[in-house]
Amino acid sequence: MGRLFILKLTYNIQGGDFTHAGHPSSEVKKVLKQLDIDGKTIKNIVIALYEAEVNVVAHAWKGIVSVEIEENKITIWVTDEGPGIADIELAMQAGYSTASKEVREMGFGAGMGLPNMKKNTDELQIESEVGKGTKVKMVNYFS
Amino acid sequence: MKFKDIATVLNATVLCGTDKLDDEVEMGYSSDLMSDVLTLDTDNLVLLTGLVNLQAIRTAEMADIRVIVFVRNKKANQSMLDLAHQNGMCILESPYSLFKSSGLLFQAGLKPIY
Repeated sequence: MGRLFILKLTYNIQGGDFTHAGHPSSEVKKVLKQLDIDGKTIKNIVIALYEAEVNVVAHAWKGIVSVEIEENKITIWVTDEGPGIADIELAMQAGYSTASKEVREMGFGAGMGLPNMKKNTDELQIESEVGKGTKVKMVNYFS
Repeated sequence: MKFKDIATVLNATVLCGTDKLDDEVEMGYSSDLMSDVLTLDTDNLVLLTGLVNLQAIRTAEMADIRVIVFVRNKKANQSMLDLAHQNGMCILESPYSLFKSSGLLFQAGLKPIY
């Protein structure tokens, strides 16, 4: 027997497009509300996704958000084509950032994104290849 | 503190969410860095910021923040107000600096988060 998927969602992200950053997170939030997931869990999920989106907009050329909602959990993959992360351990340290001045002017780029994604998810996996891109997988269980 | 009392203390204009003015928050947070706002564990707060762009509204949306004060006489644009309206937020504009706004609200009894 296969797993019972409730819902699959996909969104595109354009590098540098701060106007639309947050649109996928906003849509996912609406869906989770409709599914009557508890507010604290929704907040954790959408903050982690929003941070991931901002990372793609800030650093990469383009990306895709894929969401799979099952009965007991949500899995989100954020895959980008971009410069990649040379040292993931270093990037996970609070305060480490390679963000541009423009990104900082938008209110981000303080080196808080990846640590905050870890804080807000039950599982976080990051794979990256320099010069190609980064794949982030986030899992949150519904309480 | 009720949203309408925040508006009075800060001599602020209500741009959006006039139906929310009787809603209340207990705490305040002042920041131009949205990354820090996204790390907060509470949502029972008013966000004071001089960062006036769409991402300030998006950040509040994700963090479940229901009221934002734009300080230093910064002007929110229509797309920001539309997004705030869609999310049922109250948006205020104050002519005061971030320091003065924070001080006045603290004096009026609004609590810090940390």
